Amino acid sequence: MKYLAFAAGLITSAAGQMAAAETPVLTVYTYDSFVSDWGPGPAIEKAFEADCGCDLKFVAAGDGAALLARLRLEGARSEADVVLGLDTNLTAAARDTGLFAPVEVAAEYTLPLEWSDSTFIPYDWGYFAFVQNRDLVAPHSFRELADSDLKIVIQDPRSSTPGLGLLMWVKAAYGDEAPAIWAGLSDNIVTVTKGWSEAYGLFLDGEADMVLSYTTSPAYHLIAEEDDSKTTALFDEGHYMQVEVAGKLAASDQPELADRFLQFMVTDAFQSVIPTANWMYPAVTPAAGLPKGFETLTQPKTALLFPSDEAAALRDPALAEWLAALSR
Amino acid sequence: MARRAQPLSPALGVVAALGVAVLILGALAAVFWRAEAGRGLGPADWQAVRFTVVQAALSAGVSVGFALPVARALARRRFPGRAALIALMGAPFILPVIVAVLGLLAVFGRSGWISQGLSLIGLPPLRIYGLHGVVLAHVFFNLPLATRLILQGWQEIPAERFRLAAQLGAGPGAIWRLLEWPMLRRTAPGALAVIFAICLTSFAVALTLGGGPRATTVELAIYQAFRFDFDLARAALLSVLQIVLTGVAAALALRAAMGEGFGVGLDRAIRRWDAQGWVLKGQDGLAIALAALFLLLPLAAIATEGVAGLIALPASVWGAALNSLLIAAGSTAILLLIALPMAVAVALMRHPGWVEGAGLLGMAVSPLVIGTGAFIVIYPVADPAALALPVTALVNALMALPFALRILVPRARAVIGDFGRLALSLNMGRRAFVRLVLWPRMRPQIGFAAGLAAALSMGDLGVIALFADQEVATLPLQIYRLMGAYRMEAAAGAALLLLTLSVLLFWLFDRGGRRHAEA
Amino acid sequence: MLRLEGVQIRSGDFTLRADWSVETGARVAVIGPSGAGKTTLLEAIAGFRDLAAGRILWDGRDIGRDAPGARPIAMLFQDGNLFPHLSVAENAGLGVSPDLRLTPADRTRVRQALARVGLEGLEDRKPAALSGGQQSRAALARVLLQGRPLLLLDEPFAALGPALKAEMLDLVAELAAESGATLMMISHDPADARRIAGQAILVADGVAGAPQPVAALLDTPPPALRAYLGEG
Repeated sequence: MKYLAFAAGLITSAAGQMAAAETPVLTVYTYDSFVSDWGPGPAIEKAFEADCGCDLKFVAAGDGAALLARLRLEGARSEADVVLGLDTNLTAAARDTGLFAPVEVAAEYTLPLEWSDSTFIPYDWGYFAFVQNRDLVAPHSFRELADSDLKIVIQDPRSSTPGLGLLMWVKAAYGDEAPAIWAGLSDNIVTVTKGWSEAYGLFLDGEADMVLSYTTSPAYHLIAEEDDSKTTALFDEGHYMQVEVAGKLAASDQPELADRFLQFMVTDAFQSVIPTANWMYPAVTPAAGLPKGFETLTQPKTALLFPSDEAAALRDPALAEWLAALSR
Repeated sequence: MARRAQPLSPALGVVAALGVAVLILGALAAVFWRAEAGRGLGPADWQAVRFTVVQAALSAGVSVGFALPVARALARRRFPGRAALIALMGAPFILPVIVAVLGLLAVFGRSGWISQGLSLIGLPPLRIYGLHGVVLAHVFFNLPLATRLILQGWQEIPAERFRLAAQLGAGPGAIWRLLEWPMLRRTAPGALAVIFAICLTSFAVALTLGGGPRATTVELAIYQAFRFDFDLARAALLSVLQIVLTGVAAALALRAAMGEGFGVGLDRAIRRWDAQGWVLKGQDGLAIALAALFLLLPLAAIATEGVAGLIALPASVWGAALNSLLIAAGSTAILLLIALPMAVAVALMRHPGWVEGAGLLGMAVSPLVIGTGAFIVIYPVADPAALALPVTALVNALMALPFALRILVPRARAVIGDFGRLALSLNMGRRAFVRLVLWPRMRPQIGFAAGLAAALSMGDLGVIALFADQEVATLPLQIYRLMGAYRMEAAAGAALLLLTLSVLLFWLFDRGGRRHAEA
Repeated sequence: MLRLEGVQIRSGDFTLRADWSVETGARVAVIGPSGAGKTTLLEAIAGFRDLAAGRILWDGRDIGRDAPGARPIAMLFQDGNLFPHLSVAENAGLGVSPDLRLTPADRTRVRQALARVGLEGLEDRKPAALSGGQQSRAALARVLLQGRPLLLLDEPFAALGPALKAEMLDLVAELAAESGATLMMISHDPADARRIAGQAILVADGVAGAPQPVAALLDTPPPALRAYLGEG
């Protein structure tokens, strides 16, 4: 009798496994904060799984740069079908790995500039900006900031995505004058942190007047905390953009599902989660529009962004300038 | 040379040391193996090496220098709450970096408590950022460890020696020369080397408190090589440099740490007859009070900020706390299985240098490099996410190994020296020696080492960030996630939870270990 | 019978030679100047030092390569004869079973041995809670339980007062007589040697001499011993 029950158990569990095997698994590599309980991951997983008849599996690795490093370590053997969370500072290097395949995704992007890349599909974007308290008289440019006594916290470009964004921002706005701008800023910089969280924490604790973040950051305080005391300084030279993208891996064993996910990515079901979970602008504004509160955010007049190959070429010299100016 | 009969064999410890060396050097080799041609080390890297060595040496020197009066005061004084104070003072050492930095800056920062106080009397705020800030932060982290290591040295001087000294009418000066200085010559170099090695791999603390890229450490250079340039060869080369620097420090420390043990005592409670004068009492009181303030104020800041967030912690934080506890338990078990045999081997061997060296490796090599190496090795054979918890537990144990050895080795040496012959003449087998002599005689040290390992493991972000997926998160990772999602209040609450759990865990092990000793 | 056959013990550039026998049941004092190698000799017999040459035989069997605990020897050291964290009964119990797995019968024996040395009622004390004399008695109880035919004493009672030391030596002599054990004891005090030992070994100038009647040796001391005794 016991043996019978045991055998029955074996059969049912085998059947269970077969059923599980029949459900295709789409593996999406992304950065850590995307999959956290407070990021967009859980809601998006639920929405996609509702009609794909598949199992969407997020695998998290640090931030965008760590994500790319992990992908390079794994190479073509990677389990990943889709990588979500690179930005335009990384796409040139990502493209050079030869691991990505072009995709056809139809979308009416609401980005401030034309998007023509057919390998990397944008899902959200934002402007870098210095977050400050509303009662502080804001500088209107890097020059004004450099001439002021304001104290700022920034992130190290070697270890942080916003840090690298700031490097590109100054370079895009000032070109060859960038070293002079950094030299002028050096006495405003309280400190440089490893990552965004440290810098933002220091700012909230009052260690600095401003912190490098995004124009969308005040939206969190306004919407989630009903606190309208935070704003961002509008710089006349324009604001550098971060465009976050996803791409399909050439070696994916679920290419159709990957295509389907990338197409899903630019629909309302995905895009409507972005503003209040990733605190960025959606790449395609949902039909219902942006959540209330986003209209209060600073609107830069000029959007700055280097094409990805130019960004890749500028990175090392810009870093050298930054190091030289701030190490003195 | 005549072979000395021994109650135990170093074989197990030698195997453990070999295993540790193979694991860590193997991970390093895997990174080298996977590397494509890189650009080698540049002037910026050597600049980073210089800064790293300077700040680590200063941090180690200042930590141990301040630890001396504090440990001496704690060794000489008995007061209510002393044990609790010692346990709590150890907390900075086990905090996740980001939490500790924010706590530290809440007190010493531009708008911290002290600066606010200064502004009340019209003074400018503290200027914390710079080399002195780096050293201050490292002293904050390591003063407790240095104090404990040296205090342990004090407590290993048998009560009989103090009785003898008292009988001789030795005053504090004479006791210093007769007992304390020889003890320090044995313990301080080890403490210096360990703290130097910890500070070698510092990154976020050095950068944040150092105020900018002037404070670039080797670990940051490794980070840059790995994620900015994806130059694995340079990352591994820099890690080799870390090993060399740690090795040099360890060799210097071992060479300096000469001197005889104090022989066997009879477990009498230590009572001190010296240092009864009011001046000395005041001096000790001041040392304890200052250290307590320095270490506890930032903890108080963390607690104050965290209380509000603690009430509304998301459920996933509790799940992560459970994961962290599991990892801590596993890590502690692994640590003891490695560290005890290694400590015995070091105590028994005539030339144990390489065993100690293998023990230091875990701390010397960048966690990023170990994690990457482990990933490279594991990836072809298994799903790294499935192994996230055990690998994290193992790596955490390797990181705690150097501390555990510093704690265990002197005592193991003393126990074997004092009771080896007696055990041999009784024909006590190895198992019986471990059960009847080694374990009970080393319980306080084992408890201390286990507590430290558990708490360190709790607080360490470690390699989990490289391996984790959605489901598997530890408490430190969850704190970072909360902060990354702007939820600073909840993050502060989770940090307070982490602090509480770590201190509790440490206290449980440490207390469990010394229950007998002080009875 | 204990036999040392062409024994050489080396320690650094010092060599100690011995070539003689001790009869079973004999009580032998080991005397000689400080640093002459008395402790070295006993440690070699007990197995804590390797021999550079020669053999050590007990009743014709070579024990020179056996581990210390495997030799038919019990030894008391100058200090550290008790484990401070174990109770008196446990310390003594180690003499029955070195891993302290004691049967009820063993426990009875331990109690009897402790009673024999006068420690009745103190079984559960830790060594630190005993007087010096009581600590010595506890160690002797363990030796008694070990039941080894050869007992080596490296001045375990040196720290005790004269009366107490004499009392301990008498107790040792009694116990040795009861069990028929052979006794070798290092002594700095000629009076102790005369009191309980029939024979004496003089260790001096790199040689441990053959046992000879203690009275003869002390009454007509050779030059090395005379200098040590301060009679020359």
